[in-house]
Amino acid sequence: MNLFEFCHGIIHWLVDLVNNLWYWLGDFLPWYFGDLFTAIGDFAASEGHLLFMTVLVESVVIIVVALINVLNFLWIFRKLSGRILDFYGPYYVGYRIGGWLQNLADGVKLFTKEIITPTKADRLGFLLAPVIFVGSSVTILAVIPLSANFGLSTTSEPGEYVSAGALFALAAFSIAPFAILLAGWSSNNKYTLIGGMRSAAQMMSYEIPLLLAAASVFLLAGSFNFVDIVDAQHDMWFFIPLFIGFVVFLICLIAEVEIIPFDLPEAEAELVEGWTTEYGGMRFGLFYMTTAVRSYAGGALATAFFLGGWQGPWFVPDEIWFLIKAYIVYTVFMWLTWSVPRVRIDQMLVFGWRRLLPLAVLNLLIAAALKSGGWL
Amino acid sequence: MAEMWINMGPQHPMTHGLWNLRVKIDGETIVAAEPEVGYLHRGIEKICEARTYPQIIPIADRLCYGSSLTWSHLYCLTIEDLMDVEVPERAEYIRVMAIEMQRIASHLMWLAAYAGDLGLAVGFTYTMRDREVLVDLLQALTGSRLTYNYPRIGGVAHDLPPDFERDTIRAVQYMEMRLKEYEDLFDGSKIFMMRNVGIGILRKEDGINLGVTGPSLRASGVDYDLRKDMPYSVYPEMDFEVATHEDGDCYARYRVRMDEMWESCRIIRQALQKMPKGRWRIVAPRNAPAGTGLGRVEDPRGEAVMYAVGDGTDRPYRLKIRSPIFVTVSAAPKILVGYKLADVVAIMGGLDMCIGENDR
Repeated sequence: MNLFEFCHGIIHWLVDLVNNLWYWLGDFLPWYFGDLFTAIGDFAASEGHLLFMTVLVESVVIIVVALINVLNFLWIFRKLSGRILDFYGPYYVGYRIGGWLQNLADGVKLFTKEIITPTKADRLGFLLAPVIFVGSSVTILAVIPLSANFGLSTTSEPGEYVSAGALFALAAFSIAPFAILLAGWSSNNKYTLIGGMRSAAQMMSYEIPLLLAAASVFLLAGSFNFVDIVDAQHDMWFFIPLFIGFVVFLICLIAEVEIIPFDLPEAEAELVEGWTTEYGGMRFGLFYMTTAVRSYAGGALATAFFLGGWQGPWFVPDEIWFLIKAYIVYTVFMWLTWSVPRVRIDQMLVFGWRRLLPLAVLNLLIAAALKSGGWL
Repeated sequence: MAEMWINMGPQHPMTHGLWNLRVKIDGETIVAAEPEVGYLHRGIEKICEARTYPQIIPIADRLCYGSSLTWSHLYCLTIEDLMDVEVPERAEYIRVMAIEMQRIASHLMWLAAYAGDLGLAVGFTYTMRDREVLVDLLQALTGSRLTYNYPRIGGVAHDLPPDFERDTIRAVQYMEMRLKEYEDLFDGSKIFMMRNVGIGILRKEDGINLGVTGPSLRASGVDYDLRKDMPYSVYPEMDFEVATHEDGDCYARYRVRMDEMWESCRIIRQALQKMPKGRWRIVAPRNAPAGTGLGRVEDPRGEAVMYAVGDGTDRPYRLKIRSPIFVTVSAAPKILVGYKLADVVAIMGGLDMCIGENDR
């Protein structure tokens, strides 16, 4: 049974249950009301409506799973930083589960804070930027399946997901710089402006190696579908033949999710908080959470593209394998984050254009050679 | 691209303290800079005129939160010069040992702030952790952790506490181990080198002309250290090298401070070995004669000078304080122009700002 069948079954059962009551009620009413009730009941039981509701429930399940993972990620972010940097990390709220509830407590606190819009800000842009940023980032999660049976699907066939899902995920990934630039511009603040401009430059130069590294994977797998990509790694995970691409992909992901060493748009030493300077309260909380969402999405993409997705020994479920790998990727990110300084913007652009881009092209050539030679 | 002024301060993560650095940027490149100081002016020189001589010692501590002991030491040196008081030799050794501990603690705090500025979180927490070792030693010696109030006119307040020699030797061994680790952590980091080598070059002539002193000048290749060039206390008895570097960039300033911490470890060991038995304090006269007293010491940040004028009463007629960092920050525009905005934190962090003594 996959997620579609599961949700479809639940919806079917619910609709049947309600319709029994509904038709029974209709029997008591005069004929014209009775006909209306019957028509509504028939509509509710129609295949189109069931499909619509199923997809709705599916997406809710996927979002909830993803957001719980995001809470875990934030907890790992804080706890691991404590372990690396020689302090305890959160431990008071949720004492018995290692301070896991700290993020919820922070969320509650942020909700109680006043939401301030600067007087001279461009109100529309200021309001729209968090919406675009959060929305585009959560959209990535929609197309990433946790296993062949656990993803957003409109048919009961396992593996029948969005056919260009990987492409969609990468496209949604790169909407964020626009939101950041918008936030930086509309806040009417010099720090945010510089942060937004840096973000635009950074994302533009790191998007290309990222996509080239992903292109090598698509070339080898011959598909944009996540399930096909993972199936193609059945014999050998792609990070072995495409090791250069794997490294380039990880470095570009770090730049995309904006963590040290590449957190220049919000470089706190020189730009206060960069492009989020003027955002307070839960808007800031949303940005904070969305960074973790993007980290989760990045880890999931790296897992699906290079680390064999949900493949692993049978004694652990597929979904858990996928999450374990994504968590490992994120842990490596965190390890790197806390142990290196921040680079400068010009150094970063030089690194992106002069080092990563040729490496990504070389990796693409290797992938093409492997594919045309028929070795993979 | 249009040029614009950016205020880095008074409330800004880059400023360790309350001051403002206005930079004019063209894109990301700095074309002009002007520091604005004075937010933390407390009128310490004037306050001192209304206090008796021993009462000023804790005020002198408040001049710098990073290295308060050197300032009260300097004050005591000045007043001893004014009153012609001969300090017992044991007290001199205790003072030298204590201010070298303070120098290491101050440099470690600088290193922590510097690493934090550059985004190296692990550098911040590790150095602050190891600073605790020295702060604990100073606490055992003086009784407090930040403003020590330890030197007295004519000696020091207390003798060494029990087992202090043993603890100090252990702490110095620990510090030497840690310094090695820091050198691996910082010099071994490619990104750290990228951010530091060739950034914020202060040429030798500029440094001398602008009056820059301390590690920032020694990093430009000038061998000028008051501990050697105009020895005070028992520094002539000590065997140590003056750390200098030729390049004058941020990396050189970092390197000079690291080397100074090694030398300070050596000085602490020697001070413990050579420390004689005897009195650690003599009673100083209450009133100072009419005349002047001058004290010059090598602060962790540069050359600190105090000049006191006595008029026969128990209060100074005038006390002038020369802060090393006040001069260094005036040299900032010379160093900053031409570099990128992100280099501001590296350059200004590398100068080791301390606003308490700067604004007095």
